[in-house]
Amino acid sequence: MNGNSLKTLFGSSSRRTFLSGIGAAAVGLTFTGGKFGKAFAAEEKKLNFYNWDTYIGENTLDSYKEASGVDVNMSLFATNDELFAKLRAGNPGYDVIVPGSEFVERMIQADLLVPLDHGKIPNIANVSKEFMEDAPYDPGRKFSMPYTWLVIGIGYRKSKVKEVPDSWKYVLDSDLYKGRIAVMSDASELYRHGFKYLGQSANAGNAELVKKVEEMLIKQKPNIKAFHEDNGQDLLLSGEVDVVMEYNGDIAQIMAEDDDIAFVVPKEGSLKQSDTLCIPKGAPHPENAHAFINYLLDAKVGADIYNTIKYPSPNAAATALMDDAYRNNAAIFPPAEILAKCEYPRYAGQELTQLLDESLTRLRAD
Amino acid sequence: MINRDGQSRLTFWVTVLPPTLWVAVFFLVPLGIVWLYSFGENRGLTEIALSGTLSNYIRSLQPLYLEIFAKSVVVAGLTTLLCLIIGFPVALAIVFASEKSRAWLLLLVMLPFWTNLLIRTYALMAVLRTEGFANFTLEWLWDNASGVMTFAGLQPLGAFQPFELLYNNFAVVVGLVYVHLPFMVLPLYAALDRLDKSLMEASLDLGAGHLRTLFSIVVPLAIPGIVSGVIITFVPALGAYLTPDLLGGPDSQMIANVIERQFKRANDWPFGAALSFLLMYATFIAIAMRAYFTRGKAIDAHGI
Repeated sequence: MNGNSLKTLFGSSSRRTFLSGIGAAAVGLTFTGGKFGKAFAAEEKKLNFYNWDTYIGENTLDSYKEASGVDVNMSLFATNDELFAKLRAGNPGYDVIVPGSEFVERMIQADLLVPLDHGKIPNIANVSKEFMEDAPYDPGRKFSMPYTWLVIGIGYRKSKVKEVPDSWKYVLDSDLYKGRIAVMSDASELYRHGFKYLGQSANAGNAELVKKVEEMLIKQKPNIKAFHEDNGQDLLLSGEVDVVMEYNGDIAQIMAEDDDIAFVVPKEGSLKQSDTLCIPKGAPHPENAHAFINYLLDAKVGADIYNTIKYPSPNAAATALMDDAYRNNAAIFPPAEILAKCEYPRYAGQELTQLLDESLTRLRAD
Repeated sequence: MINRDGQSRLTFWVTVLPPTLWVAVFFLVPLGIVWLYSFGENRGLTEIALSGTLSNYIRSLQPLYLEIFAKSVVVAGLTTLLCLIIGFPVALAIVFASEKSRAWLLLLVMLPFWTNLLIRTYALMAVLRTEGFANFTLEWLWDNASGVMTFAGLQPLGAFQPFELLYNNFAVVVGLVYVHLPFMVLPLYAALDRLDKSLMEASLDLGAGHLRTLFSIVVPLAIPGIVSGVIITFVPALGAYLTPDLLGGPDSQMIANVIERQFKRANDWPFGAALSFLLMYATFIAIAMRAYFTRGKAIDAHGI
């Protein structure tokens, strides 16, 4: 009874409907204005871009303003969870966001994204074909355009390891580097590599497998120095640890500073991800958003961006313009036969997400 | 008379209404919404049905979560105790410092507040890590000691082994004490400053030593300051999540880390809300108990 009256008070679809209603009103205004002129001439020359830190070229936004007159206001988020938590309660006004592939799937399911009009993004032609096709998280690329891709592996200090740590064993199931190991604190990333190590698919998650990995990690815990918050590269660079589970782009950035550091994707394979450009529901400037995505996929603009951020590019035309030091960097572009064993993590549903989280809580509490 | 009464009533409402509205709109209402979530269930990815269920609280009361609660209380308690032990002499020293230096000393206590918590924590990481400033200093001292011993014809000390100062529970407590020390020093200073110094003089004149005067006169009179210092140190320390995240080791998980994950990675707001409110109920009970005990103390003090 009481529960029902609460429900009427706030409604089960409370916040998002209300807030996206405000967003819809703003979009509605834009369309009314559009009736009189060209459809998008009425959109104000502004764009709100929600991006990761150090994830854009130094002059990209300025030169976009010069080229189009549109003022890009960029704000930063630190994790996909932060992005999702923010949009979950209604789009606060972002036009272009950069979610990771797993979250693209989650956001599609939660109905938070606007379908892209491919006709307004002619630079799609620059994206290498495999990245347009190999996108199980968004078949047909209806909602997302690939911006970068990444693969998780092991970053290590060459002078401190006995041989190349080319297996997840060294991180997840061995005391060879006791006290000098750091792993990710993100349950999904940590456990899925456990699945790979046990010879299963990264997407094979079930209660039994989670339990198995949890037992393995509880045994491994005394050998682990830290569960890092995606700052594993700092731990490796500062000499705090010698082997670390981390993204290739992060390790590639510190390899430029320290010759003693290298990166390997373990032979069991690992997770690959792609950060993508999407337009969230309720975006106030959808026309500008399409134009901006198209601009970022331009070959020259892309080459400038990837030169700065050192992440692997899915943009074939941009890569072609870049120097050999980038193109032949084995950390940025791991060998194809290893990459073939890597998988995109798929969004596994609320139940498994919460199962993984509780397992991580047990692991960290033990 | 009537006119003055009406005026004072107006003054009363003008002073009371804005803060009340502020608290209601920005504190009570959002808190109430989170409280309602704690009785809700997830429906799909973004919607919460407020079904009045108690399942979130039942889940929070499992031994797994109670143990994490207990551990957080121990860590926050230890932090508070250390802050009190370090903060009391500091506050006392500031009270007895000269008028001129007092302002500067207080400024020094407050100075860290001008820097963002995240930056202070990263700075602490640079100090504590294996190749950090603390270990560099110790190594320098060690090498010099070793040199002196060789000079004196003794065996030199062995090679320096850096201490593991970061990524463990020790680092978490150091970080929490560092961050919360001003919260302890300021109320202690306020209480000690108000203290009638002639009472201390009387105690010393009547033959009590300095320590006896401290523990029998100063501490009992400073109890209200100690209690408020303890509460405003303990409560935020109990809810700390950034410090254990960045400085902690594999087992340095505090309850706020679990709560944070419910709102982010696990996407389980109702459960996170239930955990938050359990923490809040516990805090309210603690404050109520303190209030009860100090009331007794205050009467004693007046009784003397």
